[in-house]
Parts: sequence; structure tokens; C-alpha cells
Amino acid sequence: MTKSRTHYLNVNHTVGSWLFTVDHKRIGLMYLGTILFFFLLGGIAAVLFRVELMTPGSTLMESETYNRLFTMHGITMIFFFLVPSIPAVLGNFLLPIMLGAKDLAFPKLNLASWYVFTIGGLLGLGSIIFGGVDTGWTFYTPYSSTYANSQVILAALGIFIAGFASIMTGLNFIVTIHKMRAPGLTWFRLPLFVWAHYATSIIIILGTPVIAITILLVAIERIFQVGIFDPALGGDPVLFQHLFWFYSHPAVYIMILPGMGVISEIIACFSRKRIFGYKVVAMSSLAIAILGFFVWGHHMFVSSQSMYAGMVFSILSFLVAIPSAIKVFNWTATLYGGSIKLDTPMLYALGFIGLFTIGGLTGLFLATMAINIHVHDTYFVVAHFHYVMVGGMVMAFFGGLHFWWPKMTGRHFSEMLGRITAVVIFIGFNLTFFPQFIVGYLGMPRRYHIYPEEFQIFHVLSTAGAAVLAVGYLLMAAYLFHSLILGKRSSRNPWKAIGLEWTIPSPPPTENFIDTPVVDYEAYDYSLERAYEDDEEDHS
Amino acid sequence: MSHDASHPAHLAHHFDSPEQQNQSSSLGMWLFLAQEVMFFGGLFVAYAVYRFKYADAFAVASGHLSLFWGAVNTVVLICSSLTMALAVRCGQLGDKRGIIRYVVATMILASVFLGIKGLEYAHKYEDQLVPGPQFEYVPDFDSYSVPVTAETADPNFAGHVQLFYSFYFVMTGLHALHMVIGLGLMVWLIVKAAKNHFSSEYYTPVEMTGLYWHFVDIVWIFLFPLVYLVWRH
Repeated sequence: MTKSRTHYLNVNHTVGSWLFTVDHKRIGLMYLGTILFFFLLGGIAAVLFRVELMTPGSTLMESETYNRLFTMHGITMIFFFLVPSIPAVLGNFLLPIMLGAKDLAFPKLNLASWYVFTIGGLLGLGSIIFGGVDTGWTFYTPYSSTYANSQVILAALGIFIAGFASIMTGLNFIVTIHKMRAPGLTWFRLPLFVWAHYATSIIIILGTPVIAITILLVAIERIFQVGIFDPALGGDPVLFQHLFWFYSHPAVYIMILPGMGVISEIIACFSRKRIFGYKVVAMSSLAIAILGFFVWGHHMFVSSQSMYAGMVFSILSFLVAIPSAIKVFNWTATLYGGSIKLDTPMLYALGFIGLFTIGGLTGLFLATMAINIHVHDTYFVVAHFHYVMVGGMVMAFFGGLHFWWPKMTGRHFSEMLGRITAVVIFIGFNLTFFPQFIVGYLGMPRRYHIYPEEFQIFHVLSTAGAAVLAVGYLLMAAYLFHSLILGKRSSRNPWKAIGLEWTIPSPPPTENFIDTPVVDYEAYDYSLERAYEDDEEDHS
Repeated sequence: MSHDASHPAHLAHHFDSPEQQNQSSSLGMWLFLAQEVMFFGGLFVAYAVYRFKYADAFAVASGHLSLFWGAVNTVVLICSSLTMALAVRCGQLGDKRGIIRYVVATMILASVFLGIKGLEYAHKYEDQLVPGPQFEYVPDFDSYSVPVTAETADPNFAGHVQLFYSFYFVMTGLHALHMVIGLGLMVWLIVKAAKNHFSSEYYTPVEMTGLYWHFVDIVWIFLFPLVYLVWRH
């Protein structure tokens, strides 16, 4: 055995040392455990209703149960998994290290955010245990505020509280990026991961409070029966939709931008090249953050919104495609002429580029008013959304998790199993969601579990895909868990990547850097000699 | 590492200098206030939509609020902002007793505001103007206080009046909640000041609580005309 070195994991083993830690790395791991629990929960709901959907009739469950299951899937996956996934786990762990800082600007606030998130999550969990919610994750009024006979208040409060956790994280990130960069680390030397999180944090700060007040109004309306969105009192249910989508469309960018940051890191490392058009890619994150606030009306083309408003929202939605496409083209240009290595993280990154492109392009169909009316509220929308959120964000999350796994745990996972699993997940994903584009275009509405027989083949394919996807996820859980105990110890820079996080030992010491680093080189400068040094001193 | 002269006790381990720490706190507070603006902003947008839609009902409903007590409260709150600013000034001068004196004065003014607000709420409760199943409003068309217009003659006129009161209670209620949180922060300031934590080099918490308090004040500056001055010429 080698002489053991003190790092953030073994510095103290007590439960209290975790529950009261202010170390951003430990808080990141605590978030990882929490969000994976909700990922499992949302996944179980998905498995249950996918099995039901294999037959055109009602076989396993009644409509009531089905409604509660898809709502549970939506709420847990969006508010308790996707929104915090990359920022609260990878962002928390990596952002201070990438900036050469010892911690985030407000470590106690960071710990508080985990507690607040957990309390929100427990309320959400409570809403499931006490019977579930049947409104869909969108909580449309007046059904949610007046008529729904389910746990709307608990779920709404859970989301309201989890929103504060999000705001705390976003605030912490912006201050840290502004005030705690290492000497020499200028704005345009920042890794694109940091730029992506900066843009995400801006959306979080400006968007989340609006959903907070909206969902609070729904809860107040239910508790005190005051009727803010109740048409019987002159309230306007469409106003709820405006307020809801004012956050919930930008929230899509809260979910995807950090993923784009991860992809930039992976693509650069595994093509051994600086990201093509670094500055443009950095600015495109900001462009997405800003434009994303002006497109919410494309969710409301059939909600009695004025036709002229619809036209404006349609054009603005097309505009968001430009910065998104810039990213995709620039990643592709980075690959061109690079010395590409197809390691596990890279497989996820390549998967991301393809699947995000499909998800993004079908978004243009949906932003086109006439086509939108044809496919509105159909499986076409479901497929589009999942291509961006699962094909995009979840792929990026797992790509990032694999990329930084040796850094976070100090262990290597089985590269062979990693590659096989990445392929299994890619196949399973496409088998699940591609048929949904077709069945949606043919007219299958979302949120129904009884459907005409001619659609059955698509649903069977989709359920089969979900099974493959589940196998992939379980396989990943198995080999990652295995690696924690029996994995080969990692050196400080196993991928020979450029970036401050690769200059410190794996796992890093509690204070990250013994001496504050000085940065005198550009991001992703793979021409540097140090990229090829594998420093073995810390584990030999 | 021991706390030597270059590393004072109030400097957290992960900051390099007191300036960096102070600037971080300041930026963090401004970002927090930005999200607060969006929080109240969502509410103001919803209010604006209904005020535009039911202008007469909102005007009539607003007429039932006490302009006098609303105005008194506005003055009280502006004075509390002054005392808070003076507390920050004492922080700059390193005057510990001055901090405590002005923070206590701010707390007294805040309590006066909340007391008056509570009395106003009680009156609305007696008049059955608290929204909900027990809400009751009968428009008084005989007196000139409710003119007969297409809107006021709407059978759902009372519903629209109730809508105004829903916003009145949610907006002033959330504002009052922010004041209660502010009072909590001020108790914390007094404890810290009494323990001699502040000096002219370090009074960041006083400054940050001050920023928060001025924000709460500004929200009221918007709330006062929005709810009290709808129909006053």
C-alpha cells in the first residue's frame, strides 16, 4: 500500500463533518447523492407509465394514477434533478477550483442551499407520499388553484423552497466568478464551463423569483381561497401561463447551458485542441441567457394570446437558435483536425452534439406558429423536450461525471464498461424518444394513456427503449459504485487535460490549492507541454 | 495559520484580503436585491394587468383604505431608512454605541409601522374585506362613492373588488414579512455590536442590513401609490 495523503474525503470521517461542512467539494457530493435519489424516483415513475403505455387500453392503472405518475415524473425530474444537476454538483465541485479559489465566496450559504433544497425535496416527496399531484408539472390554473383534488400545496411549496436553493447557488457563483479569480485569470482565460455557469446564474437570479411568486400565488389561492387566477372572480388563468413560462422557458436554458459548458471542456480535451472561436462560444452563452427571457410566448400559441404577440415570440424563438447553433458548429470545428480519442466522456459529448442538434432543430418546428398548432400538446413536443433535456443535459451530466470522476473520487472506473454503457444509453435513448416524434406528428396527444390501436407499435418501441435506457443507467451505477471501492487510483491528470483542476491532486486537498496559482496561459492551450505531464508523485 | 496583522479575525479563510471579502459581500447583496426586485416585480405585473382590466373596481376598492394611516406609515418608514443610514455612518466611524442606538431606533420605527399595518388589517377584517369565502362587498351606488359605469354595474363587480384586496394583502403581507426578517437581522447586529465585532475596518453586516432595509423601504414607496392612491385626485 502507498502512504495515504490527506484530502477532502479522508480529512474527517464523522457524519457531522459532512452535515456541517462548508467545503464546496463535499457539498457538491451531498448534492450528487440527493439529486440521484430524485433521478431514481422520477425514473421509477417513468418506468411505471411506460409499461402502462404498451397497451392502448387502461391495463395497469386508472387515469387518476396515470396523471399522478407523469406529474411526479415531471416535477421530480425538472425541479429536483435537472435544474440542480450540473450546477449544484459539478459546478459546486469545480467552479472554485477552475478559478484558483479555496472555496465559493459564501461557503455557509452554499451549505444552507443544500439544506433548503433538501427541505424542498422532502416537501415534494411528501406530496407524492400523501397521494401525488395530478396537474402536470406545469400547474395550469384554474385547475391547480381551484379544482385539482390532490397535493398541489405541498408540491408548490416544495418547488418554491427548492427555488431558493437555486438562487443561493446562482448568487454564490456570480460573486465567486467576479471576485475570486486567481491572479492572471482574466475573463477570456476562463474555461467555458465557467462562462456557461455565469450565464446560467444570471438566468437563475432573474427568473427563479418569478416562478417563486407565481407558485406562491397558486398556493395562497388554494389555502385562503382568494382567487387571483380564478375566472369566477375575474381572475385570468392565462396570466398564470405568462408568469409560469417567463421562468419555465428560461429554466430550459438553466438546464442546458451548464451541459454546454461541460461539453466544451470534454471536446477540447479529447480533440487536444483549443475550442474553435472561444470568445464567440463564451458570448453565445450570454446571448442564450438574454434571448431566453423573450421567447416564453411560444408555449402559448393556442392559449388565446394575440396573433401579433405570437408572431413576435415566434421570431424571437428563431433567434435563440443562432447562439445555440454557434456552439454546435464551433464544437464541430474544434473536432476537425483534432487528434480525437473516444474515451467514455467523449462518447457522451459526441452523443450530446447529435441529440441536442435534433432536439434544437425540432424546436424550430415548434416555434413555427402553423406547425405548432398541428403538433401542439402532442408527443412531438415530448420527444423534442426529451432530446434536449435527456439527450442533451443528462448526456452532458454523465459525460461530466465520468470526466471528473477520477478527480472527485480519486478512482478510475472501468473504461471498457464505461464505453459500452455510453453506447447502450445512446441506443436506448433514441429507441425511446425517436418513435415519439412520429407518433406525435401522427396526432398522439401527450398526457393520455388510452389511445388508438394504430399508435401501439410506437409506444411498444418507446417502452422497449426505456428498458434499454434503464439497463444502461443501472450498469453505470454498478461500475461507478464498484470503482469507489476497487477502482484503480487516479493520478492528478488522467486525461492529460488543461485546466487548474488538473494541476491539483485527485482527490483534491480541502483547501484546493496550497499556494494561489498564477495563470499565464489561455484556456485549453493544448500546445503546452504540461498537458502531457502526468504527475505521479501524489500516489506513488 | 494564526491571525496576524495581515489576516484579521473577521477575514474568512478563503479570502485573500478584507477588500475582496467586503466587495464580495456587497456584490452578493446587490444580486440578492436584484432577485427581490424580480420577486416583487412578478407581483406588480399581475397587479398591473388586473388594475388595467378592472380600473373602476380597483379605484373603488382602494378608496376603502385609510389614506391617513398609509401616509403616516410612509413617513415612519422613510424615517427608519434615515436611522438605518445613520447606523451605517456610525459603523464607518467605528462608533459601536452609535450603531446600537440607531439600530434600536430603526427597530422602534419598524415596529410602529407593523403595528399600524396590523390595525389596518384588523379594520379590513371587521369590514369583511379580507378575501376568501367570508368576503362581502356591496357597492353603494346611491352615494357618489361608486359611479355607475359599465364596469361597476357588472354583476361580478364585488369579485373584482376582492381581487384588489387579494393583491393588497399579498403585497403588503410579503412586504411586512420582509420587515420582520429585517428586524431579525437587526437583533443580530445588536448582538454583534455588543460583542465588539465591529470596527471602522469591519462593519460589513451593518452596511448589508442597511442595503436590505433601504430596499424594503423602496418597495413600500412603490406599494403606497399602487394600493392607496388609485383614486385620489
